[in-house]
Amino acid sequence: MTTRAHTLNLPLLGGLASLVVILLLIGGAFVALLLAAADIDIGAVVGDSYIRHVVGFTVWQAALSTLLSVGLGVPVVRALARRPRFFGREGLRYLFAMPFLTPVIVAIFGLVAIYGVSGWLNRGLDLLGSAQDFHLYGLAGILIAHVFFNMPMVVTLLLPRFEAVPADSWRLAAQLGMKSGAIFRVIELPLLRQTLPTIAMLVFLLCFVSFVVVLALGGGPQATTLEVAIYQALRFDFDLGRGVSLALLQLAIGAGLFAMTRLLERQMPLMPKLRSLVARPDAAGRLGRALDLIVIAIAALFVATPLAAIVIEGILGSVGHLVSDPRLQLGTLRSLTIAGCASLLCGCLALGISMSGRQRPGRSPRWSGLLQMASVSGLVVSPLALGTGLFLLFRPVVDQPWIAYGLVVAMNAIMALPFGLRTLSQAVADAAREDDRLCGALGLSGWNRWRLIDWPKLRRPLGGCLALAFSLALGDLSAIALFGRDGMETLPLLLYQQMGAYHMPDANVTAALLLILNFACYAAIAAGVGGRARR
Amino acid sequence: MRHFKSFAVLAAISIGLGLGALGTAAADTPTLRILTYESFTSEWGLGTAIKPAFEKECGCKLEFISVEDGAALLSRLKLEGASSKADIVLGLDTNLTAETAATGLIADHGLDLSRLDLPMAWADKQFVPFDYGWFAFVYDKTRLPNPPQSLADLAKGDAKDKIVIEDPRTSTPGLGLLMWVRKVYGDKAPDYWASLKPRILTVTKGWSEAYDMFLKGEAALVLSYTTSPSYHLIEEKKDQYAAGDFAEGNYLQIEVAAKLAHAPQPALADKFLAFMLSPGFQSAVATTNWMYPAKTPAEGLPAGFAAPLPKDKTLLFTPEEAGQGRRAWVDEWLKAMSR
Repeated sequence: MTTRAHTLNLPLLGGLASLVVILLLIGGAFVALLLAAADIDIGAVVGDSYIRHVVGFTVWQAALSTLLSVGLGVPVVRALARRPRFFGREGLRYLFAMPFLTPVIVAIFGLVAIYGVSGWLNRGLDLLGSAQDFHLYGLAGILIAHVFFNMPMVVTLLLPRFEAVPADSWRLAAQLGMKSGAIFRVIELPLLRQTLPTIAMLVFLLCFVSFVVVLALGGGPQATTLEVAIYQALRFDFDLGRGVSLALLQLAIGAGLFAMTRLLERQMPLMPKLRSLVARPDAAGRLGRALDLIVIAIAALFVATPLAAIVIEGILGSVGHLVSDPRLQLGTLRSLTIAGCASLLCGCLALGISMSGRQRPGRSPRWSGLLQMASVSGLVVSPLALGTGLFLLFRPVVDQPWIAYGLVVAMNAIMALPFGLRTLSQAVADAAREDDRLCGALGLSGWNRWRLIDWPKLRRPLGGCLALAFSLALGDLSAIALFGRDGMETLPLLLYQQMGAYHMPDANVTAALLLILNFACYAAIAAGVGGRARR
Repeated sequence: MRHFKSFAVLAAISIGLGLGALGTAAADTPTLRILTYESFTSEWGLGTAIKPAFEKECGCKLEFISVEDGAALLSRLKLEGASSKADIVLGLDTNLTAETAATGLIADHGLDLSRLDLPMAWADKQFVPFDYGWFAFVYDKTRLPNPPQSLADLAKGDAKDKIVIEDPRTSTPGLGLLMWVRKVYGDKAPDYWASLKPRILTVTKGWSEAYDMFLKGEAALVLSYTTSPSYHLIEEKKDQYAAGDFAEGNYLQIEVAAKLAHAPQPALADKFLAFMLSPGFQSAVATTNWMYPAKTPAEGLPAGFAAPLPKDKTLLFTPEEAGQGRRAWVDEWLKAMSR
């Protein structure tokens, strides 16, 4: 111990630095809100019958959305895992990463174009002679939108875990003559038990804080989430006390859930992996193959059609004169800049946190629980409350463009951190488990270890993390709407302005551009940093 | 390490683009800052249209700070408080002025406003109106041959012809409808909302989402303004859109601006408020903000622009009534609509 004490523990320092940054920003925001609030009466908020109704509905729709997203996502993951090679599979991975990254307002364009009163679905039903129209609005609309956003995310997060099942397991399963059911019980179920709680929690929390979707497709205030109540308190009534109380209530529910899933989640070290893909014994058979492809096709269609509708409507808009529009060009440049900075900041924070969780065996990572907690805070802290708090905190200097840009970047990085971390931390932990002893024996540490051992293994998840944060920040409207000013218009803000000025065809073009840019940047960063898939 | 290049390149591009695109505004000319809503400052907005003329007149720079909706302006003012760098707040309506004045952040304008062309006399010493318009339900004549003629009709109509409205908690049109119903139905407003509820397709956060849904054919009617069809007629040469003037009358929105008490540039702020009522500003109102100018310019309204409604069809609460009732009425609306 003593011989080690004098060497700098860089990962731990990085983690602590990340923790300090996050806690300062979030804690500072809440302290500022609490200080500015005249009176805070959490009891009154909890006792309010309307708020109880809101919490009830928020939890109900989030639970249903989670159930559907996970329930529909798992069969897709299974089907994809059984078919490791077919044309367009890599493309599907990118497609499934998209909905989650699509700005909500843009996604609603697409969903309405498909499932709306005069959407493709109802026109198709008309062609089939059905007099019955499908109605998007209400709980159905909320659920469709939430499944659209989250089912592909479940697939994206779960598939790598399925693919990481060691080849030995499949050989053994084949030797034992295991059928599909037995494979599910013996191999897949334990895997799901290990990974699903966190993924389900992630989905639940996302639906829990959902705001624009619920308002636009919910059909009325009977479908209201806590986030809307926070909006009303902070942006409309300027009742800081009520706003903070609601935000704390939301934080408490979210943190409680997070703590619960940590208890459920079993840390199950994976065997050292032989990464060559072995054909799964349950992959053979024509019927299974056909079923898998049908499942994959339906999922792909469900995800692709709204996105396609956005692009098609965009092309039908006034593409020509818009592309040469300097506002659009500048907006694109600003969006890319903000997203780039937010992505780098998020990547640094996520790396710092994941690496610090990697301790020498035998020493319990005392910080890691706190670190993980702080890092999911981006999910459970209301963006509205965070933004308002940061505004109060930086009030004297918030009109400085660099401060405003800095705050937009910081807010986006914190909001993206839970997702970035999700893609990174497990990989870091796995890599540590696999390589710690070897590195210890070889005396590899610090930069050399990073360069030779960690980087080749971690570049792929790191690329995913950076790409994810980049795309999320690219679609941000909440931070920029708060801190932005004249000459800071980003693409989502421009989109909002075009819609506000009756320029719907232009808005369609901007929405399509935003989507395509999002897709291109995500793929470029994921591939550029992550390198080619190692097969 | 070749792989780190991608990292480094990403960083370099970000910072490089940042320096290029973000730019800084360091100049000696004084700057007048106006806190307003998004659509005022957009490329097609009134703010952008009048900016060059005013900057030439005052020899200063005009800078806009924008929030999503007029409904968010009041809370933004409270958020910034006395430390605000803004000189003027622009885009509140009379449903919000009493509460805004109560913050003590607003200065007197000192202008003579006796000769405006509003549907009523204007005596407010702090807020200067710059345009007005009536809320209305807009529809497509080709799709809705028998449009509702009154609020009562609206609730009774065919449940298949859906309506999109905005949320009064997040947008000024939504708040306007709340006031409209309250003005017509008084304490019976919750019953009216209950009867209207089956016809409502959805309640959106802002005007933009609602109007977009309407144009995409999701709903037969949308809560907007009597002047919305004028946009389609003048800019798009489409004449199928119409707005209903209702038997009970339509609720009026008067948009105002005011000088802030702590304005860093009080003299420029005064200049702007006076400029706001001059032809240079007022003649741009109709075809950028799609509202009626507070002081009709000499050339009148543009051809094809909807005629103003008669005064006796105009509904409006005083700012004090609206200010006192707002919170209770929003809660009442929430209860009635959540049932």
